[in-house]
Amino acid sequence: MALEVFPQSRLAAILESDLFYRFRTSYITVLAALVTLAIVLAAFLAPWIAPHDPFDVSTLSLWDSELPPVWAEGGDPRFLLGTDNQGRDVLSAILYGSRISLAVGFVSVALAMVIGIVVGLVSGYFGGAIDAFFMRIADVMLSFPTILVALLVSGIVRGALPREMHDSAALIVLVFAITITTWVQYARTVRSSTMVERSREYVYAAQLVGRRPFAILFSHILPNVMGPVLVIATINLAMAILIEATLSFLGVGMPPTNPSLGTLIRVGNEYLFSGIWWVVIFPSLTLVALVLAVNLLGDWLRDALNPKLR
Amino acid sequence: MTFQTTPLLSVRDLSICFDTRHGPLRAVDGITFDLAPGEILGMVGESGAGKSLTGTAITGLLERPGRIDRGEIHFEGQRIDTLSAEAMRRLRGRKIGAIFQDPLTSLNPLMTVGQQLIQTIRTHLKLDQAAARKRAIDFLGEVGIPAPEARVDQYPHQFSGGMRQRVVIALALCAEPSLVIADEPTTALDVSIQAQILDLLKRMCREHGAAVILVTHDMGVIAETADRVAVMYSGRVVEIGPVDKVVRDPHHPYTRGLMQSIPRVGSNAHRLTQIDGAMPRLTDLPTGCAFHPRCPRAVAECKTTRPAALPVEGGHVACHLYQGEPA
Amino acid sequence: MIAFILRRLIQSVLVMLAVALIAFSMFRFIGDPVNSMLPENASAEDRQELREQLGLDQPVTVQFTRFVTGAVQGEFGISYRNKRAVSEMIAERLPATLELVLAAAVFALLLGVPMGIYAALNPKGVLSNMLNVVSLIGISVPTFVTGILLILVFSVWLNWLPSFGRGETVQIGWWSTGLLSASGLKSLVLPAVMLGLFQVTLIMRLVRAEMMEVLRSDFVRFARARGLTNRAVNFGHALGNTLMPVITIVGLQLGSMIAFAIITETVFQWPGMGLLFIQAVSFADIPVMSAYLVMVALVFVAINMIVDLLYFAIDPRLSVRA
Repeated sequence: MALEVFPQSRLAAILESDLFYRFRTSYITVLAALVTLAIVLAAFLAPWIAPHDPFDVSTLSLWDSELPPVWAEGGDPRFLLGTDNQGRDVLSAILYGSRISLAVGFVSVALAMVIGIVVGLVSGYFGGAIDAFFMRIADVMLSFPTILVALLVSGIVRGALPREMHDSAALIVLVFAITITTWVQYARTVRSSTMVERSREYVYAAQLVGRRPFAILFSHILPNVMGPVLVIATINLAMAILIEATLSFLGVGMPPTNPSLGTLIRVGNEYLFSGIWWVVIFPSLTLVALVLAVNLLGDWLRDALNPKLR
Repeated sequence: MTFQTTPLLSVRDLSICFDTRHGPLRAVDGITFDLAPGEILGMVGESGAGKSLTGTAITGLLERPGRIDRGEIHFEGQRIDTLSAEAMRRLRGRKIGAIFQDPLTSLNPLMTVGQQLIQTIRTHLKLDQAAARKRAIDFLGEVGIPAPEARVDQYPHQFSGGMRQRVVIALALCAEPSLVIADEPTTALDVSIQAQILDLLKRMCREHGAAVILVTHDMGVIAETADRVAVMYSGRVVEIGPVDKVVRDPHHPYTRGLMQSIPRVGSNAHRLTQIDGAMPRLTDLPTGCAFHPRCPRAVAECKTTRPAALPVEGGHVACHLYQGEPA
Repeated sequence: MIAFILRRLIQSVLVMLAVALIAFSMFRFIGDPVNSMLPENASAEDRQELREQLGLDQPVTVQFTRFVTGAVQGEFGISYRNKRAVSEMIAERLPATLELVLAAAVFALLLGVPMGIYAALNPKGVLSNMLNVVSLIGISVPTFVTGILLILVFSVWLNWLPSFGRGETVQIGWWSTGLLSASGLKSLVLPAVMLGLFQVTLIMRLVRAEMMEVLRSDFVRFARARGLTNRAVNFGHALGNTLMPVITIVGLQLGSMIAFAIITETVFQWPGMGLLFIQAVSFADIPVMSAYLVMVALVFVAINMIVDLLYFAIDPRLSVRA
């Protein structure tokens, strides 16, 4: 009889798991993971690996403006992807811009996840009036499209801030707006999972033994609801990056003095008709590659964690 | 039991396997049986023994990653396991009907009962709308739905569970098939309704001349309804024979264990008898006889050689203990 | 049935009131309306006069009532930026947005539903996989990038279609339509495609997922077991059950399209409500923002209710008593 007398080591268990198998046999997913990793690393190391500092005005020279990428006629090997109308290096701008885009994305996802999980746990566990209250808010918020909510929050905060602060506080406003917009999804999922887990025997047992509600919530229920939360998180990361890019493109996100990829696209868009295509195309490609990669990872994760498809 | 008529259904050495990344898993391994016209054959066994899969294979609805690996299925003298999808479709409903377990989900909630019946009838029989409708109403009456002219235009959610299963039976039989495969038809119903539905099934099939393969895990259902029974274990038929003989005097040690574990009213046992162990997983099938690790009467041969189906009174048993028994 | 309608109506009114409260709070408490509307060197008397004119010296409840009654009549105050009546500005811009959204919705449905059905019925086909990949790219590409690409290809390189403005419009009473002129229609194409494209991928994935789920259900299996033709099973049984949840979601998507129109209008300089809103956010023009909020909420609530009623009418489980 084949009994498993010797338990595998943790690493071996992970490497042999269905999850990892699906990962390494899906070339696209591996590629997506690599792309994401590459962009994240490049963005993180931007201050060190960017060939120029696009925001240091003293290094800019109008002689270098509007240069095409290095492989085109008139290109300059100092500026691999060309320059914009003020002489800023497009490649460096993309590196720094990705940094901002990713930063906003990760931070807002992290914050939204924390808020959403806490609200979801509390709402699902205690039920009653608390639950009703939070779910009403969630319903109202979910019935509006995310862009609109983000724009609204952004507009309100701007209205409350004096005009001079708009640019410097842009990052915080963005993170705030996106977090407020996206926490609801986590809360909803965690709440329903909590409600399911709450009626299970192990929770009842913990209650009998006298464990306090919060201890039960965090040590027992939370690990069981993390699966779907992770899937939502990857989808939300892509969404957060997109929302930030959209807000910046619309002019109410990061200012040109500290641009994210969205801002770069907006600025570049103004030169579309004059034939300077590289200023808008390269940031666009970077943005698309990043979001696509994150989406693919999210898809793979969702398929791999879905018991029905096994 | 010897009748010389050609069997309605003839399954020979049927094997079904699933292609997984661990390799092909054999869920059904070389089963062989015949079915006479109008006969009710029970297929009994634990979950995972392969009984439902056999039914699915016969109706041609086996989907990847499962496939028929070996063997032949003959129906009304014609080989059907190699038919094209379209030819098989025409056979389904018209010649081979099927009934599934859950009446709640077997019916399309958005179509009336009448629409579903009429559609089935008109797909297989050349009847116009009015004639088909009349036939639908007649069938509803036959299966015991009161006021069928009114209820034919109602939606499934307006029927109770037992009523719905009656509708399902009507749907399976309305094109007059000669074989019905009933997969756990009463498992999802209240005990009080189960007997009614079984009676109905038996009566309808008798009246319309359909043979039945009744798949279930409940030996009691078999004892009530079937003429013959095939006991399945780990994808193999371990015993097959007339119901009263198998129930009263089982040959195979597994069947014996099954019969003994049925609690009897009035017995004074302190513990229910059970068969030690569990049915093996498909990835760890034992060598030789699949049951030998749990068998109280296993001998050396059981571990090495898979037993052939040996004739015993009225049927067959796949067990080395019965070599040399008179038929 | 009547009880249901009544209940939904009351719910809708409550939601609108809640939204009105938020809009009013924005209006009243964020920033100082008086300071925003008057130049820096305005005198104290001017400020006081304006204050009284706007009713800012009244108690809050009175102000809220005034706001609500005003809103119901379409009266939303004066824009900080343009110094014009907000209601006028909205009336000017509303037709443009509505026409755009409608055109985009039609485009998205006509393309998305058939593609989704095809993908569900042929899950392993080459075309299916390709569509899958394209749709994945579709939701990864931000809408404004799509718009820019469209402009690049069709306006800059091919010069087939215009890339900004509405073209010639015809005035029918209060409504101005671009559908009745050639240049109006040509100007509508690119923005509608851009707005609809995002929805196409969404609808396609939705229809595909729903249909594949339905195709796995018991009654479909039973229908096949009865030997019904593929057409009857796929288009009779499966499709019907697929479209029902799809209707709800598509209806709700209509609402979100109005919001996404903001982006489209920005890219194409389409003179609709979205462009108005963005300019308001940029400028912190609160009256316009709060008016937009109320309008959009109204449209949403209306759409929600219509979808609910539709569901009620179509699903026999709800409309026919058991």
